Parts: sequence; structure tokens; C-alpha cells
Amino acid sequence: MQGRMIEMAKKLLGDGTVNRVIGWKKGEFAYDITPAVFENAEEIDADFVYDDFCGHNLSKYLIKESKKDGKMLVFLKPCDTYSFNQLIKEHRINRENVYIVGIPCEGKASAETIKEKGISGITGISSDGDNFKVNTIYGDETVAKSDVLEERCTVCKSKKHVVYDELIGEDGEVNENSSRFDMVAKLENMTADERYAFWRNELSKCIRCNACRNVCPACSCENCVFDNPNSGVSNKAAVTSFEENMFHIIRAFHVAGRCTDCGECSRVCPQNIPLHLLNRKFIKDINELYGDYQAGEESEGRTPLTTYTKEDCEPSIVNERGCK
Amino acid sequence: MQKLSMEKLDELFRKMSEKQAVYLPVDKENGAKFEKWSEGTKMSQALNTIRSAKDFIFPQTENLVDFKVNGKNIEVADTREECEDFVIFGMKACDARSFGILDKVFLSEPVDTYYKNRREHGVLVTLACTKPSETCFCQTFGINPAEPEGDVSTWIADGEMYFEANTEKGKTFIESISDMLEDCGTEKVDAQKAKINEIMRKLPLNNLKTDAFGGDKLNELFNSPKWAELSESCLGCGTCTFVCPTCQCYDIKDFDCGNGVKRFRCWDSCMYSDFTRMAHGNSRNSQLERFRQRFMHKLVYFPANNDGEFGCVGCGRCLAKCPISMNIVKVMKALEG
Repeated sequence: MQGRMIEMAKKLLGDGTVNRVIGWKKGEFAYDITPAVFENAEEIDADFVYDDFCGHNLSKYLIKESKKDGKMLVFLKPCDTYSFNQLIKEHRINRENVYIVGIPCEGKASAETIKEKGISGITGISSDGDNFKVNTIYGDETVAKSDVLEERCTVCKSKKHVVYDELIGEDGEVNENSSRFDMVAKLENMTADERYAFWRNELSKCIRCNACRNVCPACSCENCVFDNPNSGVSNKAAVTSFEENMFHIIRAFHVAGRCTDCGECSRVCPQNIPLHLLNRKFIKDINELYGDYQAGEESEGRTPLTTYTKEDCEPSIVNERGCK
Repeated sequence: MQKLSMEKLDELFRKMSEKQAVYLPVDKENGAKFEKWSEGTKMSQALNTIRSAKDFIFPQTENLVDFKVNGKNIEVADTREECEDFVIFGMKACDARSFGILDKVFLSEPVDTYYKNRREHGVLVTLACTKPSETCFCQTFGINPAEPEGDVSTWIADGEMYFEANTEKGKTFIESISDMLEDCGTEKVDAQKAKINEIMRKLPLNNLKTDAFGGDKLNELFNSPKWAELSESCLGCGTCTFVCPTCQCYDIKDFDCGNGVKRFRCWDSCMYSDFTRMAHGNSRNSQLERFRQRFMHKLVYFPANNDGEFGCVGCGRCLAKCPISMNIVKVMKALEG
């Protein structure tokens, strides 16, 4: 795959279709990959990489990059295309400045999960498709790829590209049987006290690094209210546990109906807080109250939370559904 | 040198806890974390904690002073709580050195009395690393994980823990637990040190050097054209700064409580858009400038002001946690290349 991508990037750069390429650049180790912009064939030959650790969703970078002169080639995995479409819908990306090549994805691995298995001193990782052979200074280890996937990949919602100019390989299908709401259902079935305890335990780990917000394609405000000293609620540190909770809850409300469930928030959280569960709760509720809706599936049209119909549920739904 | 069977570790923590609070790394679902010992607490075998030990002496937030408004009077209340004696048990060599770096900032004139108070109440018991990771590069900064600094150094070998005091505070601490320890030779520990040193030589970052950095390289490094590419995909989050054991920048803010003000201090991050914002605006308006600030501070400004000591201990937390895997190692390699 990497070879075909490099070939295509060089061709499109060479024939002037695009001026720049955003992709992934190899790191110091086998897994520490960084999103990067490439401007010529030499740079691509030297550093371009696409492998099991290229989990980063590149769509958000296009907010900034598509405003620059010239055209940018971007490689998008199926779930990244939902974020892209959503940003088009919100008029945050200049579509004409982007050339999208859809690339297949069989799930991305988490180096952190590999390390959590006690594997340390990693000097190399190779894959035979199903397994990783991990070379370390303490000896070689084998781990099944399915055991070290990012959470979002274990419940992949779609292998279909919802937007692209060109595809490499065959397009996939939407996975109607994704079990991504199982944990939300489990939380819903808890008592209010249990649920409160669950979230206090998780959110009390937060160090307010804002990685979840900054990586989130739906968080595209020019200046976040929590960063703006003139907002009156700028919030560099949580003064109380109430504020600690509210940052994440407010953020989840703000992206409700727009979050495509790309899972970047949970991937980047240094404290491994399962932030995606807050967003999935909103997605599940929207599905149940307004009919199935997948943010990012379309690049135009009204959305459940930005449209009024007489059939919309009344605020009293909160009482009717109740809480255990 | 003295030793204790690892089987008696619980007994040791129980004894230590009679006199002071004992904090040690404990395994949690998301990695190791320092926690106060209580009956049943087990020490983590993890290489290091996710958050560094700097929390003990420089907490993420702290209340500095309260102002209560009552008509035309303002009452000023010192909110400092009496700090209890505590032991940080099982700190690694990198974190131990970070305390020395933070001391240079907070204990130089004018002394930060909030910091000093906590620092004086703490005893640092360090533990030699047995399984360093590929992200470790403490040796670049002259730190030896086989001989960790601190008031007391410890080693684990063949089911026993070995103790050696390095400071007066450490000697007093060892005396307080001496009836549990037995005198011993250094052979086992020497062998352990040799083993660790051998592992360190095999680590991929073993050859990372600081020659290209320091206070005298300011203009050349500041003006390097490489910052643009290095900072290009930085998200501007504060992960690197908040997991860092040496990042020491803070902000002081007033929290309006309605009838008064709580003045608190919290960690700040040079990666944030309002970092060092002043009345005239912000001095670093682009992410490139903010990104550059972090590395220039650690590799140039800090050594310029502190006899050549760098502001990094090579713990590797930023390498493990940066969402885009951009870090000081990549910066150093790019700038020196």
C-alpha cells in the first residue's frame, strides 16, 4: 500500500495536479509516526510512511492547509473521510484546494497497548498481517494485531469512503453491526450513582492538556471559549471537580450532532480516559430520538439538531426516559 | 549498604507510614500513578509513572491566597496548609534529577516559599531502573539509572531490596527503619548496576548527544529554518508540558468567588495560545514560536542561566505521550543534523 501511495503522490506532484502532500512521516522507532507535509519527490522517498501505526486523522489539518495557495493531496482512511465531509458541511475546508485519495484501512494499532503488555525496549516491529513481531533489546515478542488495535478500530463503523477524488483499492462497506454502542448501553443500565462514580473516576484523571480538544476535527473554533481570557470562563486548570467534569461535558455538547466518532480524543488522551463514550452517548441518543444519523455521511443538508420538525421530541423526553 | 527481603516490603511501608505519609507508584488501569500507601497497596513494577513526581513539590493547581471583601474592607488570608512529612518511595533517577532542576528555579532568590515548604518535608527514596525502555535517554543528560540520586537510593536484586543513604536526611530516614534492615556487602548491587549499564548501551537513544546545544548556541538555534517543519503538525496541546518532570511555567489567576477572590497558581504551557499574554497581547503568535520556546528553554535558555545544566532529564514521557509523536529527541536530531 505504501508503495502505491508514494507512486501516486509523486505522479500527482509531478503532473502538477497538486502542490503539496499531507501524509505520515516515519519516526525514531517503529511506531512514533508524525503527520507531515511533503513538497517534493525527494522528501517523499526519504520519509513517507503508511503502516499500522498511521492512526492520525489528517482531516483537521486541512482547515489550515486548504487555506494556503495551491492544492493539497491528502490520504484519507474511511473514518477520516467522515470528518472531512463534516468539515465541508461546516464550511471549514476549501474543497477545491484538496485532492483526496481514499486509502483502505484494516484497523490501526496502538503502540501504547503493545507496551501495556509489558513489552519494552522496542527496536523494530514487523507485521505478517495478523501478527506483529516486536523486536526488543530484551528479546523478540509476538502479539496479535487484533489485541492491540485502537478501541475505535475494534468497533469500526465503516470501511466506506464517503468522499474522495480517487481511490486506491476497492471501497468497503458501512458496518451495520458495529458494537460501538455496547459500552454506552452498559453505562445507561447503571444506576445514576454508579454512572456518576464511573465518570468521576475517569474525569478526575484529566490533566487539562487539551489534547482531546485540539485533535478533534469537530473542535474547530478559532479561539476556544476555554482559552479566551475575555470569555469569563477561560479555564487553564479545573478549580473544582465540578469544573473538571464540565470541561468534557460542555465539549461533548458542543460537538453533539457533529462528532463523527473518529475516536481521536480517546487515542490521544495521555490518561486514557474513554472520552469517546461521552460522544457516543449523544450519537446513540440522536439515533433513538431523531432517527439514525451519522455525522459526516453527507456534506450538505440539515442535521437533526439544526432542523425543527413537528415530530421532534419534546424536552419532557428527559423525564419520560427517566434515569435509573 | 543494607538490605531487606522483598517479602517484608508491606511491613516496611507500614512502619514508614507510622511516621509520615508514604507515596509509591501503584498500577492503575491507565498506567502507574503515585498514591499514598494504605494497607494492601502494592508497589508497581512499571518503569515509570504517567505523571511525573513533580506533582508533590509543584502541584498542578494550588491556592496561594484568599481575599475576602467585606464592605470597604479586604481581608487577606494565607491559605497555606501545614505540610505533613512525606516519603516518595520508588522514584526513578530521571525524576530525582528533575527535583534538582526545579530547585534551581524555585529555590533561587526570591525563594518560592510554597515550593520550599513541600520540598523540605519530603524524603526522596529512589529505585534503580531494571528494564529501561526505548524512549529512555537520561544518560544524554549525565543521569545514570543504575545510580539514582535522592536522599536514599535503592536497588532490587534477587528478591531483596538494597538501601544506601546519600544525604543527612537519608541517613535519618534509614535510621528510622534500621531495625528492619540488615547490613550487607555491595556485590549483588554492583552486579545489578553492571547489568543496567549494559542495557543502557543497547538502547536506541544511547548515542544522543547535547554537544550542539547550550547557552552559547542561542542565535544559531533560534534562527534555524528547521523549526517550521518540526512544528508543522504540532496540535498546540499541553501534553508534553504536563507530563514533563521539569516544565515549570505557571500562571497565577484570580478566581472570582462573588464576595472575594481566590488567587491560585496553575501549570501553564508554552504550547497554549495565551501563554505569557500581556496587556499588549501575546509575544508568540504562531505555533512555530510557541513550539520553539519549549525546546529553546530546555536546550538553550535553561543551561545559559544554570551553569550549563539542561532542562530535560530524558524520562521519555513526552515521547510516549505526544499525540503526533513530535518530541525533544526528534528536535535535537534535526537541529544538530
